[in-house]
Amino acid sequence: MIKIEHMDKVFKQRDGGEFQVLNDVSLTINEGEFVSLLGPSGCGKSTILNILAGFEKVSSGEVNVFGKPIKDPGPDRVVVFQEHGLFPWLTVLDNVAFGLKQRGMRKKERYELAMEQIRTVHLSKFADRYPHELSGGMRQRTAIARALVMNPQILLMDEPFAALDEQTRLVLHQELEDIWLKTGKTILFITHNIREAVMLSDRVLVMSTRPGRIKKEFAVQAARPRDASDSVIHHVESQIMNCLADELEKVVKEEMGDDSYSIKKNSVSDRTFGHMGSGI
Amino acid sequence: MVIWEAAYRIIGWESWKFPSLFQTITSFYDGFVHGQLLEAIGGSLKRLLIAFMISLSLGMLLGVLFAKFKAIDDTIGFLVIALQTVPSIAWLPFAIIWFGFNDISVVFITALGATWTMSISTRTGIRNISPIHLRAAQTLGTGNGWKMFVQILIPAAFPHIMTGVRVSWAFAWRALVAGELIADGAGLGQLLQDGRGLGDTALMLNVVIIIAILGTISDHIVFKRLEDKLLVRYGLEK
Repeated sequence: MIKIEHMDKVFKQRDGGEFQVLNDVSLTINEGEFVSLLGPSGCGKSTILNILAGFEKVSSGEVNVFGKPIKDPGPDRVVVFQEHGLFPWLTVLDNVAFGLKQRGMRKKERYELAMEQIRTVHLSKFADRYPHELSGGMRQRTAIARALVMNPQILLMDEPFAALDEQTRLVLHQELEDIWLKTGKTILFITHNIREAVMLSDRVLVMSTRPGRIKKEFAVQAARPRDASDSVIHHVESQIMNCLADELEKVVKEEMGDDSYSIKKNSVSDRTFGHMGSGI
Repeated sequence: MVIWEAAYRIIGWESWKFPSLFQTITSFYDGFVHGQLLEAIGGSLKRLLIAFMISLSLGMLLGVLFAKFKAIDDTIGFLVIALQTVPSIAWLPFAIIWFGFNDISVVFITALGATWTMSISTRTGIRNISPIHLRAAQTLGTGNGWKMFVQILIPAAFPHIMTGVRVSWAFAWRALVAGELIADGAGLGQLLQDGRGLGDTALMLNVVIIIAILGTISDHIVFKRLEDKLLVRYGLEK
């Protein structure tokens, strides 16, 4: 359904130089799959999503959705953004109905459909509110409803829960899983949160940085609905941790410009030894 | 006001320099009863509204063009910023040559006074729309044409546009009265000039007061309220 082959993406920089963000990325996402792209910041995971959404063009390689190359952004691949992207001058109801309006649907019909989606994300009471009157979690729910109402085959989610607090995020994870189980949409989920990726996805694609490429793929074969205490989840999580440790080190070193810094696994801090027994 | 009247009586300056409170009130009453003031207000407001409508539409059109096309912005946009620094009354001599001592000249410079500010506000408003709203709209199927313009660009830029409207209105007022001082016809500026000709300072002061009242009413009651409502609705202020 989504097929990316040998894709490169190069950004032109202001000084005329070039910056390679993605190098030889290939991936396939099947219909109805929930796939996460996981990686440290700056690895180009959002760029992949932007290309699939149609906001950016590839430099080379092939990207096909339903066997066709991507031309423009469109409602068959709706994006849910990190910063909700709701229109502040419209109420929740009008925000959700916005896409349907573009299709030329009549007011009564589109409000009916929009209300139905608003009910699925448990916001019926807030349909006539404006976005700034809602909490962060409610805004993100509205954004999800606005995407779902278009009945897209693919849902592209760009770190949708990254700006939320932990409790809200956990609730929304469950809701998203429910929605996905009910609707069977294909979801590409971008995140830098390992637990989030493992809890939600069928497959997790771990990316490496500079230039960004797919480093490794992990299948999460745990029962649905997912349970945080499931041992399969923990196992995959620690595997991904190991896989990412090298990447994180690379990023940290680059940002701190310090070779001696290490966040390698199983290293024990000197501090603990220094104080050993001092509390007796 | 009591001090004003008392000072007039005690110090006793001549009323051709500055009127007393009593004279002002009498003149105000006469002006309304004889319809002279009302006629002037009507005439001025008519010119103002015509000029204002022209500058709003022209200003917004220019602003949109500046925001959307870099080439236009670099050329005409730069010119507009230069023109904005010129007080529009400076164009009045030209207007008189082109149109004569009439309403058209006044409307012309009034519109000129407001258009530039309007276009710059519109441009800023559209430029400052967050890219996420544009992307969100595209992904929901607005495309990049008319639908995008009407449903996203204009509403998203609206708070800025509203500020532009308010400032333009004030500029238009200034240009209008200045223009009317020179041109013919019935209006507040002409009345001010007539008052000077007749040595009627009470009439002149009345015109000034009326201008202040109309300005305050329009700004505070109409525009400020509209703007505040808008800001609350957009969540920019609580």
